[in-house]
Amino acid sequence: MSDQRSDRQPVPFRGGGFNPMPRRLLPWLVFFLLIAAWQAASSAGLLPALFMPSPAAIVNALVELWLNGTLVEHVTASLKRIIPGWIIGTGAGLAVGLAMGIFSATRAAGLPIVSALFPIPKIALLPLLILWFGIGEPSKVATIALGVFFPTVISAYSACDSVPRNLIRMAQSFGLPATDIVAKIIVPGSMPGILAGFRISASVALLLVVAAEMIGAQYGIGAFVLQAGNLMQTDQLMAGVVMLSVLGLLIAWGLGIVERSVLRWR
Amino acid sequence: MPLHIEKVSHSYGTVEALADIELDIADGETVALIGPSGCGKSTLLGIVGGLLEPTAGRVTFSGQMPSDSLNPFTYIFQDFALLPWRSVADNVGLALEHRALSAAERRERIAAALALTGLTEFAAAYPKQLSGGMRQRVGIARALVVRPAVLLLDEPLSALDAQTRELLMEDLLAIWAREKSTRVYVTHNLEEAARLADRVVVLSRRPGRIREVIAIDVPVAERGQARHATLLVEVHKKLWSLIRDEVVTADREMQHV
Repeated sequence: MSDQRSDRQPVPFRGGGFNPMPRRLLPWLVFFLLIAAWQAASSAGLLPALFMPSPAAIVNALVELWLNGTLVEHVTASLKRIIPGWIIGTGAGLAVGLAMGIFSATRAAGLPIVSALFPIPKIALLPLLILWFGIGEPSKVATIALGVFFPTVISAYSACDSVPRNLIRMAQSFGLPATDIVAKIIVPGSMPGILAGFRISASVALLLVVAAEMIGAQYGIGAFVLQAGNLMQTDQLMAGVVMLSVLGLLIAWGLGIVERSVLRWR
Repeated sequence: MPLHIEKVSHSYGTVEALADIELDIADGETVALIGPSGCGKSTLLGIVGGLLEPTAGRVTFSGQMPSDSLNPFTYIFQDFALLPWRSVADNVGLALEHRALSAAERRERIAAALALTGLTEFAAAYPKQLSGGMRQRVGIARALVVRPAVLLLDEPLSALDAQTRELLMEDLLAIWAREKSTRVYVTHNLEEAARLADRVVVLSRRPGRIREVIAIDVPVAERGQARHATLLVEVHKKLWSLIRDEVVTADREMQHV
């Protein structure tokens, strides 16, 4: 080895890359470029307006629907199904899921039933539920509740499972009664899994409300989109679809806020 | 509180973990359990504190259960076992919430335990924000807050780096000089055993049996003094010579899964 500085060579650099880097502008840029390209294609007459309305036409339709109150009417009708359906399904799902997570007997009894019923697309049960509850609101709410129930059960009981055993042993070693162990260890320890399940169940609820409204409803975003399609009002149809995206984003945003406040400790 | 481990054996299914453990622990004594991994020392600790039921034998205590102890048999865990969603003060308070205490007394006890472990300014912090050493101090505070008669330490310093371990050993000694309790200390670290224990119980490889009980005659509080340095080295050497072969065999053993 020579001591001459001029003889030394730098060690080649092999690291770097594969790290997610924040790119603040890029997502917006891509988003607007895509819309601009779409608008340009529409304006140039490359996209037939009947099959693919331009972004401007969709925005116009949205503004018009907002001003004449149609949009609010349909969104309200959908929300009146989603909210009670989701609450009922989540409430029942959490009760059953936590019971399955805590008691071996409930799990042994419930798991086969849940596993058998979970894969059924719940919309297939709508006709049966219509027979039971009539064509009105209860059958749609029940479909959503059922669709929400099963994923909630599964996320709640696997969340219970993921609570570290050593925390339960610790609680036992300090003489905590069983009810305290559930309330102070198992339930809070399950919250991350339960809240992650809420994201899934919320998207299931959105999916089912649209499907149920397409099968038999006068109002609601699903009904509106279907009617617009039947009348070949594609701009209105797309306005309804955009509304669904907005609704989904709002739900995800709201759940994000709940997660951040409930799971501050993470 | 004097403890008596009477002919305790334990098996996990067909795997024998402990065989015929017979040991008396005097009131206020600190006994270290050492042995190669898989010798059942943690199992024995679980049995002593009533978290595990032995396959045979029993653990008893004699004399009166101290009336001021809220949780006579109290553990300090290797992985700290803190609730990540509770602040430091609330983790310590967990041990008191189900006890009949006034809110004021609860607060007082928590404050005293935090002060004793140097955690007062971290009371509102969450475990995630703390270093490993601080987390174990929370575990220690949680154990002190119930005034245990028997303190069961399950490799309490094993998850910490060497320097933090040194600090916490000093802390434990300082606390033990003030708080009366009988202590069982499971460790694989020979130095911890030599520094902290009045007697060291050396267990053999699975199934764990008592190979030898070594009493260290220098009082724990004086072991830091330079004139006892050679003694500690001797103890360390002796312990190592007792378990070295077993560690070698345990190390080469294949897992039967």
